[in-house]
Amino acid sequence: MFSFWKRFSKDKVALFGLAVIAIVVLAALLAPVIAPYDPSEQFFDGLTLEGSPLPPNERFWFGTDTNGRDQLSRLLYGARTSLLIGLVANGIAVLIGTLVGVVAGYARGFLGAAIMRFTDLMMAFPPLLLAIALAAILKPGLMIVIVVIALVNWVQIARVIYTETTSLAEREYIEAARALGASGPRILFRHLIPHLVPTIIVYATLGIATTVLLEAMLSFLGRGVQPPTPAWGMMIFESQSYFLNAPWLVFVPGAAILIVALAFNLAGDGLRDALDPTQRGRR
Amino acid sequence: MPVRVKKMRQDKKQQLLSVEGLSIGFATEEGPIRVVEDISFAVASGETLGLVGESGCGKSVTAQTLMRLLPSPPARIEAGRIVFEGTDLAQAGEARMRKIRGNELAMIFQEPMTSLNPTMTIGAQIGEALLLHRGLGAGQARPKVLEMLTQVGIGRPEKRFAQYPHELSGGLRQRVMIAMALICNPRLLIADEPTTALDVTIQAQILELMKALQRDSGIAILLITHDLGVVEEMCDHVVVMYAGRIAEAAPAATLFARPRHPYTAGLLAASPRNARRGATLTTIPGTVPPPGKRGQGCSFADRCARALERCRRDVPPLMDHDKVGSDRPNLASTIDSNNLARNLREKPVSAFSHPAPGDEHRVACWNPVP
Repeated sequence: MFSFWKRFSKDKVALFGLAVIAIVVLAALLAPVIAPYDPSEQFFDGLTLEGSPLPPNERFWFGTDTNGRDQLSRLLYGARTSLLIGLVANGIAVLIGTLVGVVAGYARGFLGAAIMRFTDLMMAFPPLLLAIALAAILKPGLMIVIVVIALVNWVQIARVIYTETTSLAEREYIEAARALGASGPRILFRHLIPHLVPTIIVYATLGIATTVLLEAMLSFLGRGVQPPTPAWGMMIFESQSYFLNAPWLVFVPGAAILIVALAFNLAGDGLRDALDPTQRGRR
Repeated sequence: MPVRVKKMRQDKKQQLLSVEGLSIGFATEEGPIRVVEDISFAVASGETLGLVGESGCGKSVTAQTLMRLLPSPPARIEAGRIVFEGTDLAQAGEARMRKIRGNELAMIFQEPMTSLNPTMTIGAQIGEALLLHRGLGAGQARPKVLEMLTQVGIGRPEKRFAQYPHELSGGLRQRVMIAMALICNPRLLIADEPTTALDVTIQAQILELMKALQRDSGIAILLITHDLGVVEEMCDHVVVMYAGRIAEAAPAATLFARPRHPYTAGLLAASPRNARRGATLTTIPGTVPPPGKRGQGCSFADRCARALERCRRDVPPLMDHDKVGSDRPNLASTIDSNNLARNLREKPVSAFSHPAPGDEHRVACWNPVP
């Protein structure tokens, strides 16, 4: 563990990514303390006389939205929702995708084919239809968003992991492990999954950004996070029609998503390198 | 201890593994293919049996089948038995095989570079078999693993224990592979071309190590190789395979002194140490016919200078070398075929009935080298 941190901390770029993540997480946790205003409060002076949102100024640092609410406060509170969705939904998707992919890739034969055809079926299924169907059964809200995103996103990961597993399973050391008498589950968890960690990390970090945008799409259709709860994706979609007149409305949450996604990617790259035993003692 | 083992070996030739009439087929896009056809051999405890042949003759498939490592489908055992310590491995289920693999029957692979898991430390990989078969925890396995590392001649075992495969040289990795295979004291070690990927000096060291370990533990070794030099140095008995069949089987000394099968004779003649300086190296013309393209008759007939008409028609059975052929090769085709047929009827020399290599010299050829 110590040597892992030592290697990770040598990677300045990854450290920077980690620092950004830490700041964003802190800001989200401390939102009630550091946010200047209530995110749902509609300010009387938050709109121009014509009813347009205010551009960034001394009072509202990131301007106000179309309802006269403080954009900075909404961004801070929105970080809670978006991070939660990004981490939990994406985490579940990665978990399901990895398990499905690795089992199908190792089992091959009938079981593998059956699992992958089911995956294809899920891939062909429109995510919005799934979301709407689920929302019809359950109450729309954060849980729905997480479940839908997890059910939609695992498919690509399963595909990639499956392909990689089929090639990994052919390696000699897997056969050597079988020659030692290792069982199927043991080969999966002890011998195959460690090799998939780089791929898993790349997909997990890339998935953060797409997850946040998927949340936006669901929210836009009224199947996602329910107003007035702020979320970054929803903030973008709410204000996209005002993009030319009030660019800050899209720019601020967009930049937030970009920065967080980038930070996760950078930290993920460092994590991948630090976990790779063949990188030991280099750099 | 080594003395007792030796004695036991002399007292009674205990068959540890006996393969009887084994045929292995693969299902392919073009239909089923026989890769290995009716082979029989036996390994006694404490001895080394060499399985020799060119690439593609089925020796690796045979080894993997003994361990039941080939995925089925496409691979299938079509006939025969693999009797190992009283169990027929050809019929054994996966759970039974898992208990045997790495425990009583171990294997080392050709490529030490790719046969070790790059994400696991040397110590964890060697200890894994102890974990699987002895139920030891990582802490309990450690002293045994360190001892094993010393036994296979790896210096500074404490340091090596925590290293990863990419930090070791090829020779060290092959030693690690051997340590992995031997940690549970198996009865039989299958070594599939263990030295092919190593350079000559390291190769000699590894062979020396295997011999020393065999002296100490009395383990039997099934050595698969295409290198006749290795066979001469290591093996008590030799089985020569050609195109999925056994061409000749004999005690090593006998085989090298008097090869009867034209293929074995060709291999020995082609070996560079038999060449004279300045002369062109002898070769066997042609290549091994791939499985599925082996016509009727002897698969070697097309490359054989001694081929008779009969060779292209009937597959020669494996039989005692005295019973076959003639010292008058010109007459062999006319006279001997009748005799042989009678011989075969009277005394079926099917390998199935006595798989023991014993000290007999058997050959599958209608017109063997005198």
